[in-house]
This record gives sequence, C-alpha cells and structure tokens, in this order.
Amino acid sequence: MALISVKDVSFEYDGNIVLNELNFRLFKGDYLCVIGENGSGKTTLIKGLLKLKQQYKGDIVFGDDLKSDEIGYLPQKTFVQKDFPASVFEVVLSGRLNNLKLKPFYTKKDKIIVEENLNLFGISNLKNKSYRELSGGEQQRVLLSRALCSTKKLLLLDEPATGLDPLATADLYKIIKKINKEKGITIIIVSHDIQNSLKYASHILHLENKQIFFGVVKDYVVSDIKHRFFKGDS
Amino acid sequence: MFETIIEMFSYTFLVRAIVVGLAVSLCASLLGVSLVLKRYSMIGDGLSHVGFGSLAIATALNIAPLTISIPVVVLAAFFLLRISENSKIKGDALVALISTSSMALGVIVISITTGMNTDVCNYMFGSILAMNRTDVYISIFLSSIVLIFYILFYNRIFAVTFDENFARAIGMNTNIYNTLIAILTAITIVLGMRMMGALLISSLIIFPSLTSMRLYKKFKTVVICSAIISVVCFFIGIVFSYLHATPTGASIVAINILMFLLFSMISVIKKYYRICK
Ligand SMILES: Nc1ncnc2c1ncn2[C@@H]1O[C@H](COP(=O)(O)OP(=O)(O)OP(=O)(O)O)[C@@H](O)[C@H]1O
Ligand SMILES: [Mg+2]
Repeated sequence: MALISVKDVSFEYDGNIVLNELNFRLFKGDYLCVIGENGSGKTTLIKGLLKLKQQYKGDIVFGDDLKSDEIGYLPQKTFVQKDFPASVFEVVLSGRLNNLKLKPFYTKKDKIIVEENLNLFGISNLKNKSYRELSGGEQQRVLLSRALCSTKKLLLLDEPATGLDPLATADLYKIIKKINKEKGITIIIVSHDIQNSLKYASHILHLENKQIFFGVVKDYVVSDIKHRFFKGDS
Repeated sequence: MFETIIEMFSYTFLVRAIVVGLAVSLCASLLGVSLVLKRYSMIGDGLSHVGFGSLAIATALNIAPLTISIPVVVLAAFFLLRISENSKIKGDALVALISTSSMALGVIVISITTGMNTDVCNYMFGSILAMNRTDVYISIFLSSIVLIFYILFYNRIFAVTFDENFARAIGMNTNIYNTLIAILTAITIVLGMRMMGALLISSLIIFPSLTSMRLYKKFKTVVICSAIISVVCFFIGIVFSYLHATPTGASIVAINILMFLLFSMISVIKKYYRICK
C-alpha cells in the first residue's frame, strides 16, 4: 500500500484556487523533490500534507500505518518572536515532542538523539547559545536538527538549503540521502536546486498551480517540461 | 523588619491576602511567560476589564462575585483567543473593544444601582480586605493546579509557545493547550483582580516575564526566574504597603517596575563589561 495517496486534491485561499487536481502516490523509501516557480503552490502542498491547511477538494490518505506524529518537518519560514528566550538545545529538543506520547518529560534517549543531530549539522558548539542570537544559516541548521529529531517515517523539508553556505548545502543533501537510504525514511523536499534534486531524488513533482509532471527522475530528465523550464541547465 | 512581618501575620485578613497574593503572583508569572511571548499580553488586560464588568453586575444582582466572574471571564478568554488566532490586527482592536465595552457596562450598572462608592473604587484599584476564607481555598487549589499543569506539560507549553505550527505539524493538538492556558489565565485574573484591582492585575502577568527576559536567554531559566521575581515583588510590595499605608496593588506594581529597571540596568552593565573585556 502507498505511504501517501493524493487523489484529486485542490487547495484554495480566499476562493482563489492555487493548486488544482493533484494526483500522485508515494511509497516507503521514495525521495520526492517538488519543484516549480515562486508561487506555484509548493509550500501549500506541504502544509496540506501536514494538515496545516485543509484541502477544499479531494483526499489525502496516509497508508502503511503512517501517523501524524511520525513526521519530521522543516518549514520554509519560522516566525519566532524576535526576543524569544530559548537555547539551541531547547529548540532542538522540542523536535522530540512527538515521542513524548503520554510521558511528561523527555528521556535520556531523547537527549542523546538531540546531541547526535546537533553533531550531524556541526552545531554542537552552539548548544547553549541563544537561538535568537544565531546567524540565519545557523538558525536553519538548528531547525534542520529539530526536524530530524521528530522524523520516524516521513521527512518534509521546505527549501532546506535556504541560508546555508555551499559546503553546508552539499552536506545537507548527503545527510538527507543517507537517512533515506539507511533508515528507509520517505523524503519530500521542496527545492529550487535542480542539480542536487535530479542527482538525489527518486521522483519529481513539478507544480505550476497544478500538477504538470509527476514521475521518476529518469522520465523527467527527458521530458519536454524539464527542457522548457531549465533551458541549457542540466 | 522581621518583627513587622510577624506583626502582619497576626491579622487574619492580612494572612489571607498574603496567601491569595502569593498564589496569584505565582500563577500569573508562569502563565505570563507564554502570554507575553505569544504577544497575547493584551488579552490579560482585556480579561481584567471583562472581570470588572462582571463583578459590577454580580454586586448589583447581589450574587457572590466569583460565581459570575469566573464563567464570564473564562468565556471571554475563549473568545479573545479565537479572534487573536484568526487575525492579528483585527484581534488587537477587538480586545480593546471588548475591554472598554465591559468597563462601560460595569460603570453604568454601578451608577444605576449602588452608585460610585468605595466598593467600586476597590474593584478598580484593589483592596486587601476583599479576601474571604473561600477565596483562600480557591486560590490555593487553583495555584496547585496551575503549578502541576505547568510542570507536567512544561515541554508541550514550550513547543506551543515557540513554534505552534511545527508542534501542530508533528501531530500535537495545540488547541487543547491554548485553551487550557486561556482558562487558567482567566481564573487567575478573576482571583487576583479584587486584591490588585482590575486596572492593575495584568501587570502581574506581564512584568515578571519581561523582567527576567532582560537577563536570561533560556526558556527554563526565564520561567523559574519569573516565578521567583513575581513572588518576591509581591511580598516586598505588601510589606511596603503595610508599613507606609500605600494602596497594595499599586505598591506591588511599583516594586515590579523597580525590579524591571534593576534588571535592565544589570543587563546594560553586563554588556559594557563584556565590551571592556
Ligand atoms: N496565506 C495565504 N493567503 C492567501 N494566498 C496565499 C497564502 N499563502 C499562499 N498564497 C498564494 O498561494 C500561491 C502558492 O503559494 P505557495 O506559498 O504555496 O508558493 P510556493 O510554491 O511555495 O512559492 P515559493 O517558491 O516562493 O516558496 C501563491 O500565489 C500565493 O499568493
Ligand atoms: Mg514556498
């Protein structure tokens, strides 16, 4: 059974349809890259999958016993109050929230997982720093660590490379591929980085306020759509 | 100093006031951290005005004040939270609208019935004599609930306060926690209002967290520090008001302001110290 089935799904804001008639299915271990121009509806789709935004038509069905508390998520924008007092450790630890279930407190294991993810993104040294005093790229790494902390079966990343330097970006794609391969975690990533997307993803979803392509990368590379949008770019 | 405190504890009404005040200060400061950080400070202010209106009506109808005020203010809290979730700007204006309307209603009811007497003045600016035995029990009960709720759900409260969308995305029911915070805030305000005064009670919610945020940058430290500041300021305030016969509510607010200035000063000094080093 498919992990996620999207059937005839449409989204609207204030009566304007921004995404029309989406139809695709993802299976366990798939790596989907969502591409499209600014305003094409990528973030809306991610929010729809997370039930942060209600579709006005169609069905989004989770299969394979996927529950909403087994998902990791990196938002495109995080509105944190400018003066919010929170240490990096506290922020990343809040990613373990979906593991609390009925327990009131985090366990030793949760804290170990936090340490691991801080290490993964090279920010262990920032652990006790205040989140609001970090640079944009550092904050992005913190939020990426938090996203990985809550990932069990599915990871949704909305433009994860925003603000990262080239080295960190390359690392990021490797890290994502690694957890996709080794742990069989399904990945959905929104990205404008077509090279890395084609290199690592298994599937491509191209949006233009509707679905103009869904399929495996091999088919996408030879399709007209790809040539129309990324002239000369490979 | 020590003798003064012992002397104070020999008056039953003062003991009651101190117990209720400490409980309310503790609850207000804990809930306040979330409210201030979510930019909901105005809700606290709005609720206290609704509380004033409902107290006036309760007095006019000759009913025990808490039996009307608590449900009315809890309802208002629900409503205010909903609107400020839906749209930020309109929410702000609506809070002001609701608070001034209930204030106006309260004043009209009072002038028709009892007239502007000392009772009314007490609602607005607080009175230390207002606490009875039931209030003491209710506030001890309430503050234990808030404290237990806060400790058990501390991690969830952090998540909802820091990034509500993320918490919702990873499967948490954030509405329950928002609603709980609103209900507890409403009850805290009603309880504290008669002692602190409708016009002053929201300072107990706002000041301690703002003060501790001057110096501390970790959520946990800010929460603990706010609780301590709030309780200490209350105690100093009530002793001061006893010694100098100043209004209790206003004295407590004044001590909170001094504490805020002190913390701001320390934070500035710390900054310069770091630059010089
Ligand atoms: N909260 C909102 N209210 C009204 N319209 C919205 C809202 N959010 C998005 N839209 C509209 O929906 C469309 C799709 O937005 P979306 O954020 O999904 O685009 P995107 O593909 O993620 O773009 P980007 O590459 O810039 O992130 C846009 O035309 C936008 O104007
Ligand atoms: Mg987007």
